[in-house]
Order: sequence, then structure tokens, then C-alpha cells
Amino acid sequence: MPSLGADMEAGTLVQWLKRPGDALKRGDIIAVVDTQKGAIEIEVFEDGVLEKVVIQPGEKVPVGTVLALIRDSEIAAAPAPAVARAPAVSPAVVPVPTVVPGPAATPFPAAGRLRASPAARKRAEGLGVDLARVTGTGPEGAITSADVERAAKSVTATLREAGAPPARAGMRTAIAAAMSRAKREIPHYYLATSIDMFAAQRWLRAENEKRPVADRLLMIAPLLKAVATALRELPELNGHWIDGAFHPGAGVHIGCAIALRGGGLVAPAVHDADRKDVSTLMREVSDLVARARAGSLRSSELTDATITITNLGDQGVDAGFGIIYPPQVALVGFGRVQERPWVVAGTIEVRPVMTVTLSADHRASDGHRGGIFLSAIDRLLQKPEEL
Amino acid sequence: MTADAVKKVIIEALSRIAPEIDPASIRPEIELRQQLDLDSIDFLNLILALHERLGIEIPESDYSKFSTLDSAISYLTARSS
Repeated sequence: MPSLGADMEAGTLVQWLKRPGDALKRGDIIAVVDTQKGAIEIEVFEDGVLEKVVIQPGEKVPVGTVLALIRDSEIAAAPAPAVARAPAVSPAVVPVPTVVPGPAATPFPAAGRLRASPAARKRAEGLGVDLARVTGTGPEGAITSADVERAAKSVTATLREAGAPPARAGMRTAIAAAMSRAKREIPHYYLATSIDMFAAQRWLRAENEKRPVADRLLMIAPLLKAVATALRELPELNGHWIDGAFHPGAGVHIGCAIALRGGGLVAPAVHDADRKDVSTLMREVSDLVARARAGSLRSSELTDATITITNLGDQGVDAGFGIIYPPQVALVGFGRVQERPWVVAGTIEVRPVMTVTLSADHRASDGHRGGIFLSAIDRLLQKPEEL
Repeated sequence: MTADAVKKVIIEALSRIAPEIDPASIRPEIELRQQLDLDSIDFLNLILALHERLGIEIPESDYSKFSTLDSAISYLTARSS
């Protein structure tokens, strides 16, 4: 059971998408796991052959539990199951002896994966409804909040009779744990800079006039690209702090904080943002938002982020100083674009201005370097056409 | 297309973007984005879905016509053949 974020303690296996004997390629989706963040598609990290499935659908197990054994494709099939734990088994799988069986392991519908929006999951937890017993009426049979409420009406009475305690708000608890850990362990420093967005806005407007609806951009796309490009100059802000040392990110994978309606948030990553153009970044971010809402993110999206961005400008916030998502070492916050008096070449003009903030881990970087990072974002946004 | 048919398309698009909303609870005269807590990306996805479903070009300068369900219905009804 992979850890899909610092805030995850356990997950429920929903469905296997591969069978023993199937060849696996890095990036293949092997299983679906149900977490507080929705149904997550679990990807394979290396090539091989699925040797044996250890955990069955419906079982809830702690992070670190072996779900399946993957054999290196170079090595011949193990003659007996007893050998399956020998060196032929991928070392990426860390065995954890304790396996907690799911409560009465309710069989999932034969239809396969459980689709439910995070809001529906939250509602289900709040109401103590077992999603596996709910019929979805949303897109592709997804379970909606309304479905959960309908189901709750019949369940509530039974629960009351049984004296069951109200289910805890799982996602809230998970966020509380991650954020408490961040504030306990990470010595944050905070910087802010105001950026003249005139050039970026003008460029965006001109681009959108030329572009068909499907290719139109929002300001978040050039912002993402500017952050990704600036990180190349300041690699100490891009990566993880693990066991007392900084580990630079293998790529620039930018987690985008996405608020879920009704509370809670997820921060899935846009992979290799520094190597993608602005149009690609826009498409990927739109897709992430849509899938975060529908509850169908992938494991790599939840685990790979090397930095996070948060945009509270939509809500009219001037500037947001975020809490770093451990084990990352930095978080960039965007405020709203607001018209303000601004001095341009000695005269006061009305300009669209945005405050960009940086919360960074002082163990991994210093304020001086953080300042250079924010200046780089400013410099890049003055020439949006070059992004 | 009739206003009712257009409304159905909009509701369907909104249900995909915000699966947790109850279509019956949408108040047609109140700001959609506030009412349904849609952010700018949700809103862009809505415009895109309507464009794809109805084949209507929607320039960025007309985005303000989509502030409420009522105004969106009249805009799209007028422009659909």
C-alpha cells in the first residue's frame, strides 16, 4: 500500500486491474485503492511480471503493507510460492507484517471500481454510509452526494439501533495530521513580492483572442511555467527533506492545491512542468482539477510533487502564506490580480498587480535564495511570450 | 434549440464539472460561480463543455454572459440554430 501523501495512514484495495502472470510496464495502472482523497489509480514503478496478489479487494491495510509481489521480468518464474519472497521479488515492495483485515470485507460490486466524488465520500463518512452499497447516478455511474444522502436515509436507523459512533471526517483529520507535522518540524520562512502583471495580462488576452475555446489559457498556466523555470535556477527549493537531508527533486513536479467543494483539498502534481509549454500545462491543470473533483487521481500524481502552488486569488485573497506539505521544502502562493497605483519609469500608473509569496523550509534554503527565486518569477512574467 | 433543451445541456455539463451539486437546487438568477463554488478552471471547463456540446463559438469577451443560469440560457438559445 503506497503512501499517497504524508497524511495517509491506510487504504482499501478496491480492485485489481492486472492478474497474476500479466506483464507490467512502468506506469501501468495495476490497482485501484480507495483513500480519503478518492479512488486512486496505483501505478507500477518498474517493469516486471505480477507474481502474486496478496491483498484482496475490500481489505483495508496500513501504508507499507505488501499488496502484491512483482517479479523482475529477467528472472524466470518462481517454481513454488515459497520462493516468491526470495530476491527475485522487487525490492521496491517493503513488507510489513501486520495486515489489518477490512471490517467484514464488504464485497464490491462486480462492475469493478468504485467511482465517487470526494464530496460524496466525505458525506458518506459523515453519515456513516458504506459507499459499496450505494448506487451511483452521476457520470459513469459515479456516486454523488445526493446518492449518499438517499442511501443514508435507510442506513441511519440501523446505525442508531446499533449505537455506532459517527464516522470521523477522514480528510479533515488527514489534513490536520500533515499540517501539524509541517508546523512542528519545518522551520518556515516567508517572503512576498508584488509583481506587475500588465505584460502577462496583455499577452494572455491577445493569445485567447487567437485561440479556440479548447486551447484558451488562464493566468495559472504562465504562472506555473514561470515557477517551474525559476526552480531550475533555485534547485534547493525543489525537492524533499527526508531524514535530516535535502534530496533534490528528480524533476520539477508541481503540486497544485485544489480545493474540494464542501471542504478539504488535494494537491496532485503536474509532472515535469519545466519541460512543458504553457498550452500543455493549461490542459494538464484543467484535467487535474476535473479528476480531483471526480475522485480519479493517479498514485504518482499524489506522491511525486516536489513543490506546491496555491492560488487563492479567485477568492479575492491579496496574499496567502501557505504551510509546506511535508516532505516538500517550499510552497508558492498566488494572490489576486488587483489594479493598484504603480510607479512605471517615474510616473504613477494604474497597473494590475499580484502578490506572490514563498513559504520555504529554512533547513533547505535561506531567505536570500528565496528572494532570488521570487525575483526570477517576476522577471519571467515580464516576458510571457518567452515562457 | 429551445431554452429547455439548452438548460438541460448546461445542467448536464455542470453535473460533470461539479458532481456533488444537486441540479434542482440551482437558483437561475444567482451568480453561478458563487452559488456552486466554481473556480476559474471549473468555469473554463464549463465553457469548453458547452462549446463542444452545442458547437457554439464563445469568445472570451462573452464570458460575462455566463454569470447566471438564466443569462447563460438566453445567450446560448439566441446563438443556437
